[in-house]
Amino acid sequence: MADYRQMWSDLGMDLEKHDILCEVLPDAFGGVYLSQENRPEGMDYFNFVVAEIHGVRPAELIEHQQNGGKVFGTFCVYVPDEIIFAAGGIATGLCGGSQFWVPGGEKVLPANTCPLIKASVGARLDGTCPFFKIADMYIGETTCDGKKKAWEILNQDVPVYVMDLPQMKREKDLQAWEGEIKSLMQKVEEVTGNKITIEALAENIKLINEKRNALARLYAFRKNSPVPISGKDALLITQIAFYDDPGRFTDQLNSLCDELDKRVSAGEGVFPADVPRIMITGTPMAIPNWKLHHVVETLGAAVVVEELCTGVRYFENPVNQSGSSLDEQVQALAERYMKTNCACFTPNQGRVEDILRLAEEYGVDGIIDCNLQFCGLYSTESYLVQQALKKAGIPVIHIETDYSEQDFEQIRTRVEAFLEMLEK
Amino acid sequence: MVGIGLDIGSTASKGVLIHDNNQHYREILPTGWSPREAAGQLIEKLIYHAGLERSDISRIYATGYGRIAISDADKTITEIKCHARGVSILHPEVRTIIDIGGQDSKVIKVNETGQVIDFAMNDKCAAGTGRFLQVTATALGMDVSELAQAEDRSQMISINSMCTVFAESEIIGLIASGVSRNGVIAGLHQSVGKRVSAMARRLGIQEKIAFTGGVAINNGVRRALSEELSCEIIIPDLCQFTGALGAALLACE
Repeated sequence: MADYRQMWSDLGMDLEKHDILCEVLPDAFGGVYLSQENRPEGMDYFNFVVAEIHGVRPAELIEHQQNGGKVFGTFCVYVPDEIIFAAGGIATGLCGGSQFWVPGGEKVLPANTCPLIKASVGARLDGTCPFFKIADMYIGETTCDGKKKAWEILNQDVPVYVMDLPQMKREKDLQAWEGEIKSLMQKVEEVTGNKITIEALAENIKLINEKRNALARLYAFRKNSPVPISGKDALLITQIAFYDDPGRFTDQLNSLCDELDKRVSAGEGVFPADVPRIMITGTPMAIPNWKLHHVVETLGAAVVVEELCTGVRYFENPVNQSGSSLDEQVQALAERYMKTNCACFTPNQGRVEDILRLAEEYGVDGIIDCNLQFCGLYSTESYLVQQALKKAGIPVIHIETDYSEQDFEQIRTRVEAFLEMLEK
Repeated sequence: MVGIGLDIGSTASKGVLIHDNNQHYREILPTGWSPREAAGQLIEKLIYHAGLERSDISRIYATGYGRIAISDADKTITEIKCHARGVSILHPEVRTIIDIGGQDSKVIKVNETGQVIDFAMNDKCAAGTGRFLQVTATALGMDVSELAQAEDRSQMISINSMCTVFAESEIIGLIASGVSRNGVIAGLHQSVGKRVSAMARRLGIQEKIAFTGGVAINNGVRRALSEELSCEIIIPDLCQFTGALGAALLACE
């Protein structure tokens, strides 16, 4: 990373502690990513974005603030970026995906909290991530009990606005969610000082839809055999989608897709055509959590699709663009976001249907259902997921893990045995 | 054809040599600090007992947690597949294998040809493993090998802590309160049986059930497991060697 010490210091970060992170990241990224063979050239942009993760984009966000703009930190795929961008704000994903931040979170949270929440709180309180420091306001949501309480703790340090996500999907819940999006609009207008117009919202619905379309295009190439891009690279791209400039991201991803198009026509892939094709479903994998993908792909199998927030949940179902009033546009947004299937809903049969559909579409041989430790929602729902998959005759294995490296070998053994099981 | 299977566990390293599909030789030694060294010693001993030379060995397959450290191995295979293979040659009627080793416990479902259909392993936690017994034996001032002999089922004291560290404190408290030591030991065995049978039931158990791994030597855990599952369990002869046997069989294929 280039030298951004002045910027980090101005943000009030703990430079000494942050240096430790800066020291380990290049090795971690190099070992997991740059060691892969035959990567598409279009990955160069994404490599660059990661290499400069705490520099280039934070500098852009600060410039935006210096020009009077506001930055909103988000933690969930249910929070509509469209609203924030339409008010002239910038939305940036803030989820923490490294063990490095966990001890900081454990200072205020119970140890049996999921690592994603612990890392996110720790990154803010320890001052070791510029994105967490830059955001003028965090937009939380009520997707689990751990997060609900974490917002209250974070709110002592940074303003947190919480969206009340319904827990069921009845007509009245959809209406309630529409109301929540309208309340968010008011809040964002108040913070930015900008009124959201029909034109601005239409433009930004289109902007985010284009990002979704580019991701859908990327994923469609993964349906091919041999697969033209590794699961690790696809995961990285999806992780970057949460915080990069949406327009630039879409352009870069589309040029990568052009390259993948040529690869597919030439029958070129990153793995032999006969390797096991794996789907990963479960809890989100925030950057730099690449653990499970790394295990699977170093054992010679290919991850071809993720039914995760850092996967299809992020981009499936574009927003209907035909709305001609703010009410219609908000309704279209509410409908789109309520189509996403998360274990925080009851019942959540839609997720099981998604998994079965994706298994078919992507020609999946086996599914790894993986949840972060202490995620009660996904670990409990795993029973129903496994039951449905067994009924459909699709091999499945459940893995629970956190961000630490301690269980790397145990997970490797399980995944390896699972792959041996698929061989016959 | 001479195949060697090495099962390098967290506590013990086991080796099996199969000579022309009929003669079997086996060796066991503590893994110690170096899995590689343990593997080297096993190979030497096996070759010596079989009266062979290193050059007579066709293939060496390694399994167990230490498998990746074994540079002599032609191939590594997981212990799940190896146990399935080893048990099914000894007891083809077995459909569920429960293996409890030094640092993990697993339940493996196999079909009539010895192929793995499904499996489950303990999470990164020592509950329900040999380590649990080792740590708690130390708290009782005993060696883990003395536990089975000492247990007194009639005075069983229930151990509530699943966590090994908490169980150790619980035992220290129980001893201080003057309860029967041998009753505590029965409780420890029951605790392992409970933990592992819960994992087995979650996966779905089908008879017959075989119990393997170093902990299968312990009569108390055998008893507890059989009680918790309310069925008979088969203990293969050489229950510690089924992984190494499976690896050797695969090496001979």
